[in-house]
Amino acid sequence: MKRLFLLGLIFCFLFCFGCCKAAQDKKKVITVWHWMTDRDESFQELAKQYEQKTGIKVNFELYAPSEQYSQKVRAAAQGKNLPDIFGILSEKKDFASFIKSGHVANLTPYLESDNGRWKKEFFTKALEVNEFKPDNTYGVEAGFYGIPIDVMTIEMLYNKKLFKKAGLNPDVPPATWEEFLAAIEKLRAANIPGLVSGWSEIWMIDCFASNYAFNIMGEKKVLDTIKGLIPYTDPDWIKVFDLFAQMRDNKALVTGVITMINKTAEQLFANEKCAFAFNGSWCVNVYKGMNPDLEYGVMLPPAASDSFPMVVWGGAGSSLLINDRSANKEIAIEFLKWLSDKDQQVFLANKTNNLPANKDALTGIPPILAQFADDMDYTTHPNIWGISEFPIVTETLDKGIQSIIIGEKTPQQVAIEVQKIKERELARKKP
Amino acid sequence: MRIKSTLENYFFILPAVIIFAIFYIIPFLWVFQLSMFDWDGILPTKTFIWFQNFKEIVIQDPSWWQAMRNAGYITLIALTFQNAVAFLLALACDREIKMKNFYRAIFFIPPVLSEIVVGMAWRFIISDVDGANIINRMLVSVGLPQLVHNWLSDPKTALTTVALVHSWKGFGWGFLIFLAGLQTIPKELYEAARVDGASAWDYFKKIIIPLMVPVIVVVAILTILGTMQAFALILGLVGGEFAGHTSVPVLRILAVMRDSSRFGYACAQGISFGAILVAISFIQYRLSKRYREA
Repeated sequence: MKRLFLLGLIFCFLFCFGCCKAAQDKKKVITVWHWMTDRDESFQELAKQYEQKTGIKVNFELYAPSEQYSQKVRAAAQGKNLPDIFGILSEKKDFASFIKSGHVANLTPYLESDNGRWKKEFFTKALEVNEFKPDNTYGVEAGFYGIPIDVMTIEMLYNKKLFKKAGLNPDVPPATWEEFLAAIEKLRAANIPGLVSGWSEIWMIDCFASNYAFNIMGEKKVLDTIKGLIPYTDPDWIKVFDLFAQMRDNKALVTGVITMINKTAEQLFANEKCAFAFNGSWCVNVYKGMNPDLEYGVMLPPAASDSFPMVVWGGAGSSLLINDRSANKEIAIEFLKWLSDKDQQVFLANKTNNLPANKDALTGIPPILAQFADDMDYTTHPNIWGISEFPIVTETLDKGIQSIIIGEKTPQQVAIEVQKIKERELARKKP
Repeated sequence: MRIKSTLENYFFILPAVIIFAIFYIIPFLWVFQLSMFDWDGILPTKTFIWFQNFKEIVIQDPSWWQAMRNAGYITLIALTFQNAVAFLLALACDREIKMKNFYRAIFFIPPVLSEIVVGMAWRFIISDVDGANIINRMLVSVGLPQLVHNWLSDPKTALTTVALVHSWKGFGWGFLIFLAGLQTIPKELYEAARVDGASAWDYFKKIIIPLMVPVIVVVAILTILGTMQAFALILGLVGGEFAGHTSVPVLRILAVMRDSSRFGYACAQGISFGAILVAISFIQYRLSKRYREA
């Protein structure tokens, strides 16, 4: 009997101790799910610093590649098992679904408190990506739902050494479409291939095409097309598609560009096998790893029209969101505040060669990264347009452009096909 | 007593039935249920739309049928070329030849490699842009420069190149199964045929083929099921759907689910695809049964 009583006492003690420990751990541990392989080491280092400073442990859990990460986040959302902090890699429409399902906390009160001190730290465009404006088409309550930890711009890069070899001025990259085609001709004469990009990943084609759509017809007309007010068969859209036909006819693209993933394209540019690349600011780190001696410059895509300014996709980098159901919501927000502070942002920028989301952290970044930062004013992104194109329309457009590049279809044929799908989708969505 | 014995029997198979139900039947029923909804995979609300997704697949989705045609083409090459090579090599290795076991091991290496690795390795071998361009160099060195070609980046040859690489990767399975089948043919039959003065062709036509029909059917069904579902190899070789020229059903399902966030539609595609594969396998099984009975 005595022995039984003693055993019972030990069990009760262990149980209580275990519960207290679990409750204590729950209070002091934040879990972050991310997909950023290149930044994981730096995150782990920052987590250690944060634990030393506050006693709060931050578990950065890496799930890569990004496709698998996305699936994991969706599955966890279904089971309501999302971690305290996470990111989503989908379009704005899916972002809205996450919010409407109660998975994402509205961070507006935190960003705007103390006279908007936290909000003012960021590039406006970086924050805009996580913003839903009043009366948005997604039916989401207006506000900011994510904190950017870095930003990116997708631009054109050119190899200075190959420019010199072809007799081109390495300090003056082509600024207009005509100059670009003339440069391609000179490069071809010197047996140097032209532009490379990972255009088997069709979103990159979409990015290039929408840059030129903004340049040729302006933002309003592009957005009106998405709204269904302007058809894709409009002459301005044909002009956009025709640019790809011109690149094909002038042999401006590296052979096999549409069967190439971006990693392969990055290798080709880093190994000086072609003169131009279309790539995002993340490439600075990639090229540094592949060829530290690569001499290259950053340029806006050469303008095809002087009607509207050239824009590039940018602003949207990696953002982290707070799980609205998290028991650690407040301490998770405090951690994101710390992570987006100048010191941590400078640390991340220097370690990972990504553009910081905090404006004050720009000082001291590598010069090539600064060139990307200089073009921040020319950026736009589908996530700030307030309206999304039907994914099947975007896919048809991107595949149509692939068909133009391989000479299977004309710009007019592609325009008709895209418009047909657009009309079908508009009819399908009609109540 | 008899009831007790029957219950006992059911009791013994119960764990297997439960596991089968949890991992096969319930997920299947769940996917079938989802295929009748319009759902983005995130929102808790789903809209029930009956068989609208299936209707859309049949009459409004040419890209799905193009993917089916492409997969059918790759499968046709696998069924004919890949299995013919596997069968011939199995015949060769069934004889008393030197280093028989070495060949068996070598032929079985490609199937155990990951599809994505094989795709990238062959891209390196074939591509003249980011690879070693070995195939074209070989063509030049054997005096056939007119055949030099961008095999992967030309829409006319990309799918055939994919099919041939897939055959290279897949023939080892067929080889092993054919070899096992050939070894079950009684030696007495060959000896009796030899006494009757049969030629090599007679051996092949009158002994090997009739006795190998069940094995051929198994290999054919496995080839169809394996090839129709291939996709990682295509990603490794050509990076994706290549303007539709190398799209296959699994890539379409992934695109619909991931890029378009149409989970209900992707489930309907999965169900339709599964039904087509079951139908093909069933037809093939019935045909071979009829052949054997005849």
